[in-house]
Amino acid sequence: MTSVLYDVPGPRARRRILIGSIIGGLLVLALLGLGFKRLSDNGIIGSHVWEVLTYPDVWDALGRGLVATLKAAALSAVLAVLLGAVLTALRLSPTRVLSWPAAVFTEVFRGLPVLLLMYFPFVIWTDVSPFTAVVIGLTLYNGSIIAEILRSGVAALPSGQREAGLAIGLTPLATLRAIEFPQAVRIMLPTLVSQIVVLLKDTSLGYIVTYTELLTTVRELRNFYGGQVTNDGVLFGSQVLFPIFIAGAVIYVAVNMSISQFASWLARRGNKKAATAPRRDTGIEANTGGGA
Amino acid sequence: MDKLVDNLDPILEGFWTTIQLTMVAAVAAMILGTILGTMRVSPIPPLRWLGAAYVEIVRNTPLTLVFFFMVFVAPQVDILVEFKTSAYVALSVYTAAFVCEAVRSGINSVSTGQAEAARAIGMTFTQSISTVILPQAMRTIIPPLINIFVALTKNSSVAAGFFVTELFASGRDLNLRYPSDGLWFLGGVAFFYLLITIPAGIAAGQLERKVAIAR
Repeated sequence: MTSVLYDVPGPRARRRILIGSIIGGLLVLALLGLGFKRLSDNGIIGSHVWEVLTYPDVWDALGRGLVATLKAAALSAVLAVLLGAVLTALRLSPTRVLSWPAAVFTEVFRGLPVLLLMYFPFVIWTDVSPFTAVVIGLTLYNGSIIAEILRSGVAALPSGQREAGLAIGLTPLATLRAIEFPQAVRIMLPTLVSQIVVLLKDTSLGYIVTYTELLTTVRELRNFYGGQVTNDGVLFGSQVLFPIFIAGAVIYVAVNMSISQFASWLARRGNKKAATAPRRDTGIEANTGGGA
Repeated sequence: MDKLVDNLDPILEGFWTTIQLTMVAAVAAMILGTILGTMRVSPIPPLRWLGAAYVEIVRNTPLTLVFFFMVFVAPQVDILVEFKTSAYVALSVYTAAFVCEAVRSGINSVSTGQAEAARAIGMTFTQSISTVILPQAMRTIIPPLINIFVALTKNSSVAAGFFVTELFASGRDLNLRYPSDGLWFLGGVAFFYLLITIPAGIAAGQLERKVAIAR
């Protein structure tokens, strides 16, 4: 598509593209320069605050923060997939008594902010740990989203799959478990992995509900090093936040990007296989666009 | 229950703030996202790279981190704005990346023949994009776009952690004041969120089905 929007450039168009590229490039450079100027005007570039990144303690703390983030994400991801599978099984069951509550549960928890879901446990049990609250919030929200993903995966299967399962005498549940789910998971794998990225990003809400994860660690490091005083006066001052924040942000982006890359690799691999099979358009990728 | 009824005013005020955050950020994200989406399919390489880099970085950054940047890091370089403005900027910048992706996949969903026809009758890139491709892309873009704005409504709650008293924050503050009625307040807050998210979700689903038949 992209390539047919404009012709293969001839000499004149090439010249124009070159001029456009130079202007575009200058625009990008100007933006960078503006940011750079801001930094140097405020004495952040070339300042000794960057030395804080040579402290092993800082990296130890960031490492612990990352582990806390990953721990919450991993536990919630497992629980959310389990919850999603149970919800889908209930929702697809022929019994109204089962499918209705599952539908309501999914729609309600999908429609609420994760932050609100993380806050509910604190109100219900006063002595709940922030870790538990974060995991409960993430599980309820992402479980409902994953239920929707699995459901559209099952819906995208040819109906013959289910009919064949029932015809050989499997119960509806056994058909779902042994025939439909494995295929649905395969179709939706890239979307599921992208949802894990969303989940991982949402662990940062732990910052707001006092769970000590990566972002909270960034703030704590700022408070610690920003307040330190030596005999010569203030050691770093509040600007120490800058290098620490950059380090934390780079860690977040690097981890999420690797998982995203894995998701798109899975999608490409799936497309190659699907090229020989009839194309199944599930059209729900955009649906999951953007948790916090 | 009584406490919830008595304190409906602060919750409604919070709800109004949530609507403001959502509306302003939605418009700003639409504008920025469409520009970025067009950049990503343009013939000028640096613009394509800039668009791609923006989307890659922002999509893989937690929204909380963007808020943290606006509220705590930006003041270090003398960018001082009100908390609400920070929330507007953070939500717009974050949502624009998702709008950009929706616009781009919408553009890619228009059949190649349309673009070829536009090119064949001598339209330029700008002409074919604005008069042929985007109007047709819009119909596929709208359902995912609604979903993005539903996510934006939910995401606006992050502002509660950064000193903006929107819907979630109003419920949280009431809970701190009257802890025994906490569940009522949070339930009330949940109701107002669902008031936006569920109808919008249904609308997106129906539009999607309509568009699917029309193609």
